[in-house]
Amino acid sequence: MTDTAITAEGLRKRYGETQAVDGVTLEVERGEFFGILGPNGAGKTTTLEIIEGLREPDEGTSHLLGEASWPRNPALLHRIGVQLQASAFFERLSAREQIHTFASLYGVSGDRADAMLETVGLTEKGSTRENKLSGGQAQRLSIACALVHDPELVFLDEPTTGLDPQARRNLWDLLRTINSEGRTVVLTTHYMDEAEKLCDRVAVMDNGRILRVGTPAQLITELGVKSLEDVFLQLTGREYRE
Amino acid sequence: MKSFISLSKAMALGLLRDKAAVFLMLVFPLMFLILFGALFKSDSTQQAKVIQVGDVRVLDAMPDQERAGLRDVLKIEKTDGSAAARDEALAKVRKGDMDAVVFQKGKGGVELRYSAADSVRSGNVRGVLNSVVQQANQQATGQPPAFRLAPRQLEDKSVKPIQFLTPGLLSWAVAMGGVFGSALNLVSWRRKRILRRLWLAPVRAGSVIGARVGVNLALAFAQTALFLGVATLPVYGLRLTGHWWLTLPLVACGALAFMSIGLLIGSWAKTEEAANGLAQVVVLPMAFLSGSFFPLDSAPGWVRAVSDYLPLTHLAEAMQSVLTRGEGWGAALPVMGGLLLFAAVLTLIASRIFRWDDA
Repeated sequence: MTDTAITAEGLRKRYGETQAVDGVTLEVERGEFFGILGPNGAGKTTTLEIIEGLREPDEGTSHLLGEASWPRNPALLHRIGVQLQASAFFERLSAREQIHTFASLYGVSGDRADAMLETVGLTEKGSTRENKLSGGQAQRLSIACALVHDPELVFLDEPTTGLDPQARRNLWDLLRTINSEGRTVVLTTHYMDEAEKLCDRVAVMDNGRILRVGTPAQLITELGVKSLEDVFLQLTGREYRE
Repeated sequence: MKSFISLSKAMALGLLRDKAAVFLMLVFPLMFLILFGALFKSDSTQQAKVIQVGDVRVLDAMPDQERAGLRDVLKIEKTDGSAAARDEALAKVRKGDMDAVVFQKGKGGVELRYSAADSVRSGNVRGVLNSVVQQANQQATGQPPAFRLAPRQLEDKSVKPIQFLTPGLLSWAVAMGGVFGSALNLVSWRRKRILRRLWLAPVRAGSVIGARVGVNLALAFAQTALFLGVATLPVYGLRLTGHWWLTLPLVACGALAFMSIGLLIGSWAKTEEAANGLAQVVVLPMAFLSGSFFPLDSAPGWVRAVSDYLPLTHLAEAMQSVLTRGEGWGAALPVMGGLLLFAAVLTLIASRIFRWDDA
């Protein structure tokens, strides 16, 4: 049993002319809350997808919990939970049916699915169809679907994008709870306050490369600025992105 | 197995809750059957409609029993014997509203005026009235008839409209279900990133494909049950002959063949709209060229040549053979083999151009 939850070495991925990921190496310890920060088009999502085993890297290797994530390894998939950027729901199914379907894909009981729905506060919305859920409800449901099989390692791609402040705070509490139960959490986000409050360590990415890795406090001190947002802007510049 | 069941359930619910899809795949083809069945049910030779102007002895003296026997072929409207009524009646015949006018001339003359616009109908009305007159003549002699005709109906073995429509429209319905169902499902699951999400769940590809095949087959069998249920109603009068149950394996093979077309469309199309349009472009001409709606016996040679390459043509033909012509395995097996081969080739091509996501 290794102590690292994620070991990625020299990941590269090219789409046509674009070098989406250009030599990413990172390590995440078990139980850590790790954030990947970067402007739009920095390569966060592609990096995450390669690490998860969703895409094959052109170069490099990714190991999760000591096992290679490519080629697809069903035994490993039981141990990781994934929330994709857009909520991936079965069409015209209710919230409860969604999580029950995911539960049975992982061989998890229906009771556990109902309990997870309760945890994210969606029991009352159980019979609401997927397209009638609000943005926050949909995000919470997709996180619940990612957690239904009690994974050791959880990936969340921009889980709080488009949420109102209330929903965001509630989600933070949920994510802290998940992490405090001993799970490793990896998330990507645009919100520096979020990363500063939640993450043990962050990696700042741009142009497919990791610019800095460290605890938010470390990075702030190193660059002699006031907040993580200043760190981010100093590292990635102020020009508009796509 | 568990994931196969839950995925099948998710797909089936997604389909059944899509009212437009249910209408398109179940109700719409059935409406065609009900409509066409009613349109073609009436016999092609109709009652002869005759206006009787004033009294005509042979007709007025006809016994009730004989009158009842003629009711199916002859309808008589009686008017008064005035000259105006006769002119009006003749005008109606000229316009084609009625088939003939009959009136008495002198003691024994029965005058018939008909229009030759429709030779079958005029022949019909002449024949019927002639037989009425001849019968009255024979009775007037007081002698028993020297010759007697003994008619008896034989079981009709010619193809009735319903026998042609049911297998044709059912095949078309199965084609729509297969093509639209799998094409839209594939595109929508890709766009909603469910395919990606499933990749990251410990599910075997076999479960996902198996669930789709299962739902398609269930849909095809539901269509079959509905169609046969409606067509065998006494109103439509389809009679199932010996090997009708061979429609079930035929429908299954057809569903797989059309599903492979849907998979090809779904693998290629990027949006639901594109998939929908492309599916229409494939299914609609195929339905017309395959002879599912009407026989192609009198179609030009090139239409029949194209038709020979369409899976729907062969499915509809084989279904007609086993459903209404009493043929057996000999008619079904080669078609089933061909459909499965077609499905295999198209699925292979689809798997080559298959994409997990839009990127």
